[in-house]
Amino acid sequence: MSRVVVDVMLKPEILDPQGQAVANALPRLGVTDVSSVRIGRRIEIEFAGEPDLDTAREIADKLLANPVIEDFSIRLDDAVSEDA
Amino acid sequence: MRIGVVTFPGSLDDGDAARAARIAGAEPVRLWHDDPDLHGVEAVILPGGFSYGDALRCGAIARFAPVMETVADAVQGGLPVLGICNGFQILCEAHLLPGALTRNQHLHFRNRDQFLRIGSTSTVWTNQFTEGQEILIPVKNGEGCFVADEYTLDQLEAEGRVVARYTRGNPNGSQRDIAAITNEAGNVVGIMPHPEHAVEALTGPSLDGLGFFTSVLRALAGSSAGGQLAGGNHR
Repeated sequence: MSRVVVDVMLKPEILDPQGQAVANALPRLGVTDVSSVRIGRRIEIEFAGEPDLDTAREIADKLLANPVIEDFSIRLDDAVSEDA
Repeated sequence: MRIGVVTFPGSLDDGDAARAARIAGAEPVRLWHDDPDLHGVEAVILPGGFSYGDALRCGAIARFAPVMETVADAVQGGLPVLGICNGFQILCEAHLLPGALTRNQHLHFRNRDQFLRIGSTSTVWTNQFTEGQEILIPVKNGEGCFVADEYTLDQLEAEGRVVARYTRGNPNGSQRDIAAITNEAGNVVGIMPHPEHAVEALTGPSLDGLGFFTSVLRALAGSSAGGQLAGGNHR
């Protein structure tokens, strides 16, 4: 088994009201030195055999991220791949 | 005139959309997400709801439904398509309309009767309105905040493709108060509020929604007289 991790984040210029809501709650935890919180999505794709980064990139580009509002990055999850 | 209404798993307003089409004088035809055949309909409505449970992003999975591949092809040939709420989200995800619908800025689901101002009457779905006309139809969404980059927003405005704007209050933080837009050809319209819920005095706040459905009938009647499919000449 091999795992590819895709991180999807809203583009910097897109407002993230969820992140803002979290940031606004931080003072209630006693945290006052955080200037910004932004929330994204982590997706783990497990391949039956060898990890296929090109396929993972295609999945991310066509489905996992909306290029109008989101950016994504892809990486191999080494820990899982080595275990396999 | 046969108007197709697509049902996806999780669609909620397909029944009301079909009913609105019938009240306007059309013959509604129920289409199924898994069936690529459009069964000879002359226009298609993508209804509101939560297709595929809004998994990943609203409309992201529905975009790949077999029926949507046919719809996307037919749009190029001028097929009139109206996406309402989740339907609007699907059209954006399918890149048949620019921009995206994101979480309401205030994070609350908003459900109320909403005033809109009609901005473009040259689409196949709005030719029965007058420019600047104020209409009242329900809005109900959690992810209805329209966003696009500044260039796209400027382009939409310059080309007269903002079909309707929120007035007397913006319910979700949409950029430039945009409630509905159209594609370059004017045959595809996406609208966040729900015209199909404002077609009968008993259940709606007005009858203002009816105009969208009578507009497409008018456009189709005109185009069949001209011997061609509605589309590029309707801008």
